Amino acid sequence: MSRRPEPVQVVKERRDAALDTLVGGLPYLAFLGIRFERRGDELTAVLPFRDENIGNPLLPALHGGVTAAFLETAAVVELAWSQLWPQMEGGAGAAAPGVRPPLPRTIDFTVDFLRSGLPRDAYARAVVVRQGRRYASVRVEGWQDNRARLFAQASGHFMMPDLSAGPGAAFADDEAMDPAPPASEPR
Amino acid sequence: MSDDQYLRIAQQFIEALPHARVLGLRLLSVSPGHAEIELPWAAHLVGDPATGVLHGGAVSTLMDTCGGAAVMAHPAANAGAATLDLRIDYMRAATPGQAVRARAECLRVTRSVAFVRATASDDDVERPVALMQGAFTLHAPRLAGEAT
Repeated sequence: MSRRPEPVQVVKERRDAALDTLVGGLPYLAFLGIRFERRGDELTAVLPFRDENIGNPLLPALHGGVTAAFLETAAVVELAWSQLWPQMEGGAGAAAPGVRPPLPRTIDFTVDFLRSGLPRDAYARAVVVRQGRRYASVRVEGWQDNRARLFAQASGHFMMPDLSAGPGAAFADDEAMDPAPPASEPR
Repeated sequence: MSDDQYLRIAQQFIEALPHARVLGLRLLSVSPGHAEIELPWAAHLVGDPATGVLHGGAVSTLMDTCGGAAVMAHPAANAGAATLDLRIDYMRAATPGQAVRARAECLRVTRSVAFVRATASDDDVERPVALMQGAFTLHAPRLAGEAT
């Protein structure tokens, strides 16, 4: 007996809802105006131009920090998405609908500023170069008017959450990464 | 010019950068080749609401601005500074509710490039939150498409 394929609208709704759960309600993304466009499993991060994202008012040019933040966000979301995808498409559905899975944590991030960021929308796509069980390496390209003329590129290392560990236990060495307890508490 | 006047002029410069203004960046001190800038904690700068920790991107902007300010405060830099590259190591999550302060210094400044290092910490200054190392050009780069 052959199973009927899922209706395309059902598939799209499930994927869009999962993406929405992942990136919706993240305050800093909303602050910069970053959103994500999806085609199948491919994500493109979009940074619409805003006057508040200007760093050099004379040129004018995007703030280098905004560019760095945009590329880092594209990398983190791509990683989380690539971790979520097989789980979602394997029939189990998203981990828990409406609950954001823990996000990967940035260990280090390196940005090359190839051209000044123009006062236009910017786009970024990230590629997971290597993903191990605990660490991942990601490359990101950022462009504006022309896909072939990058204005910035970046690469970084990330610590992956253990999605099976449950909330609060996603990172094995949480002690090292988390804020120090108040001085009054014994360490 | 007194140190106070110098600091005030430098602070006005930072405030003229729209994105530095919306982040609320505050210049704490500046001297030749050095700068210290504070990023106040704010709910809208949080990366993951589950933790309340500032997004790494806000820390990147703090580091980049602080590095640029240190370069511009260097006697060899009379033009603007533009970031060529920067690497940031995130050593721990910044404590929610606390401001993050970055301190940048120029390690070496040539006629065209400045090599800069910066450290960021919250109230627990013994355990830095992040490290930055970067190279800055001493002239603004050409705009894409601008004639050579």
